[in-house]
Amino acid sequence: MNASASLPTSAPAARRGGGFGAVLPWLLLALLAAFPLIAPHFELEYYVGFVRRLLIVMIAATSLNFILGYGGMVALGHAGFLGVGAYTVVALVDAGFSSAWLAWGAALVVTAAFATLIGAVSLRTRGVYFIMITLAFAQMLYYLGVSLRTYGGDDGYGIYTPLSLGGWLDAQPNAFYWAVLALAALIFALGSRLAVSRFGLALMGIRDNETRMAALGFPVFRLRLVAFAGAGAVAGLAGALLASHNGFVSPSMMHWTESAILIVMVVIGGMGNRWGGVIGVGLWLTLEEVLKMYTEYWHWPLGLLLIAIVFFAPRGLAALFGSKGERA
Amino acid sequence: MSLFQAQGLVKRFGGLVATDNVSIAVEPGEIHALIGPNGAGKSTLVNLISGLLPLDAGRLELDGVDLTALPPHQRVRAGLSRCFQVTSVFKGDSVRSNLLLAAQAHAGSSFRFLSRRAGEQTLMETALGLAEKVGLSDVLDRTAGTLPHGVQRKLDVALALAARPKLLLLDEPMAGMGPEDSLQMVALIEKLRAEAAILLIEHDMDAVFQLADRISVLVYGKVLTSGDAEHVKGHPEVQAVYLGTEATA
Amino acid sequence: MDAIFIIEQLLNGLGYGFMLFLLAAGLTLVFGIMDTMNLAHGSLFMAGAYIAARVHESSGSFVGAVLIAILATVLIAAVIEILIIRRLYSRDHLAQVLATFGVILLADDAVKAIWGPSPIMAPTPPALAGPVQLLDALPYPSYRLLMIAAGLLVAIGLYLLVNHTRVGMLVRAGASNRAMAEFMGVRVGRVFSFVFALGAALAALAGALMGPISAVQIGMGEAILIPALVVIVIGGIGSVRGAFVAALIVGLVDTAGRAFLPPLLRAVLPPSLAADLGPAMAGIAMYVLMAVILTLKPAGLFPARA
Repeated sequence: MNASASLPTSAPAARRGGGFGAVLPWLLLALLAAFPLIAPHFELEYYVGFVRRLLIVMIAATSLNFILGYGGMVALGHAGFLGVGAYTVVALVDAGFSSAWLAWGAALVVTAAFATLIGAVSLRTRGVYFIMITLAFAQMLYYLGVSLRTYGGDDGYGIYTPLSLGGWLDAQPNAFYWAVLALAALIFALGSRLAVSRFGLALMGIRDNETRMAALGFPVFRLRLVAFAGAGAVAGLAGALLASHNGFVSPSMMHWTESAILIVMVVIGGMGNRWGGVIGVGLWLTLEEVLKMYTEYWHWPLGLLLIAIVFFAPRGLAALFGSKGERA
Repeated sequence: MSLFQAQGLVKRFGGLVATDNVSIAVEPGEIHALIGPNGAGKSTLVNLISGLLPLDAGRLELDGVDLTALPPHQRVRAGLSRCFQVTSVFKGDSVRSNLLLAAQAHAGSSFRFLSRRAGEQTLMETALGLAEKVGLSDVLDRTAGTLPHGVQRKLDVALALAARPKLLLLDEPMAGMGPEDSLQMVALIEKLRAEAAILLIEHDMDAVFQLADRISVLVYGKVLTSGDAEHVKGHPEVQAVYLGTEATA
Repeated sequence: MDAIFIIEQLLNGLGYGFMLFLLAAGLTLVFGIMDTMNLAHGSLFMAGAYIAARVHESSGSFVGAVLIAILATVLIAAVIEILIIRRLYSRDHLAQVLATFGVILLADDAVKAIWGPSPIMAPTPPALAGPVQLLDALPYPSYRLLMIAAGLLVAIGLYLLVNHTRVGMLVRAGASNRAMAEFMGVRVGRVFSFVFALGAALAALAGALMGPISAVQIGMGEAILIPALVVIVIGGIGSVRGAFVAALIVGLVDTAGRAFLPPLLRAVLPPSLAADLGPAMAGIAMYVLMAVILTLKPAGLFPARA
């Protein structure tokens, strides 16, 4: 799946999704918002937590899709940013802070800083070297996490008191779920907007023909760096949410295989398509959950699915459903 | 005072001196052609001037601005723009999209995240203007990669024009073109004379003699001689270099 | 921390380095000639380890176990190449990474199905269970000496193969400039199948040899894949010589880092900080090394590509 050759091209038909494509996100939002209220009637309460995790990982995947699918940057270290966000929360909890919004906001900022530094170094490389350098940085973050004895090191850190969303919200049993849903919806909307903005279109131009973009006068390095840092920051937010969701943080969330699986989900869903992260995460995690119920060899169907997508549907599932993506 | 001045440019690849102390100037409103046999170093020179290759020595100046230390995108901002010998457009996009992207680079910052670019009327108008100038108005909605070679080369030039440059570097604009397309391209370049000084690299001698005010001959990385068409045609060493080679592309 | 300890650790580093070389040699040639990233290479290492361990345990013959492991793994590699890798040569790196990651998933579950989810024992051959007196005060496990010896032999063999045989010349040509080699009539496809098989054999050998001194478990392939990738990037993609030098450097840096950094840090930093930073810095040592080398030599130490 050469990142440019197989991606949505610009055509007036970009709006072919038309009426349904515009309505679908709202429909989905409404369904998801209602889910925790409906679930108890069908004895599906357990799955509220599952859907919540889905939404959080979708945030991470959407951020990765932005740099991978729209930007053409194969970053094999994105899970490291999830870890930075999660450990920022850990640090704040350990220091006695209890506001969720403060913790999540801090995660965003701290991860943005890390991503800017890492991006400034990594984005000077190309091709396999870029892949290896981003991998290396993530592994460094992983070892850093393992070594932080105060935060549990290899054993991880438990967050026993949930963070506070503020006053009356804490009394609502599904408040955290709705907070996650709101953030996920926001990120999805942001991603959709970026794809048709000057910034997103410039990024796609860089993906398709970097030399020409520089020759046209675009500040290529700066554009990529901003995208990388922004995506990293959003991944940090996802990591912070994950920390709250699990009530537990461990360095294993930063292992390179986690980064690889994120890429897998985005590619299966559809790189460079706003639904890529949503479909990919939804499918992969749901399949994983279902398969685990029936067999302990759940890697097999997933591995085969991945190989099948690579060979038969390189543009991912979003493309199969006719969603052509946006290019003005 | 020349509009563009390249002085003492040197570029080495290991033991090979690809560009050997080359100095070249372009006056305002001038079309200065650069010719030479294959391997003479014309492409290297273009890449040095546009910034794709770093200089080993030498100086570049455009309209009083020292370009030598500037990266490619900043040279564009200083007024230099180029087209590519091997067509370099956005093949998966429509011609309109190609032109919009080029226009975007010179109409404010690209760090705009929330507003839809499709809503920018001025950008649309700029793109349409570029298309009209170059003769692409009837293929605006076609995907660039599906267009015939000659049309793609026109697009390549159009993209370079979006920068409203002071100096236009045309790197073999007629590469791979048939006679009819070449004629159109010559007419286009003649039209562009009014807007920018042009440094034209070409093999097509008919076009060169028709368009160029001044011709420099590059051989083995050195400028052999420089002058008008008569001077170059009559120069004994130039004749020796091209001896046996048909003068047309 | 005395001289004996230092020598011991350096020898361990050498042994680890040689094993990394066995893995990296195949990986770098595949990448160099066919521009293909094959993450499943680690799974071949795992296959070698598992098969050797089991065969050794049931047959009692270490040499036999190693040979059978190599043979079986080469066969498995052939199947993987025909079914999957072959279709990846024309694809971009991302597609290759993803498809071979899929193979890793399949391999991990296959191993789980055949040998169970728990790590298995790879016995050390009794003949090599005891130490060898290298110096008066330095007994060193003879098995680890075997690893070093084997690695050295393979390195010499590969050197001779690549530099002094016709096949080796074709391999070097392919790694240096595949298109040109094809133009000149080299049957690059054939050369490549040979290289792929050789790489698989070396990976299996490394797995079989490392089994007794490390854990034979699911995921061991992924664990050693990263250091192997670091090695080929440092050494220069497509270069066996580069892989050799880089593997020894990485092996030494990694082992020495883990052994010497904690006590060194304890000497200069407060104990809690040293305890925290020690393992971290040891772990990241090889990545820092890669970053430094890439900054100075962006294509690695001995780039094979023309």
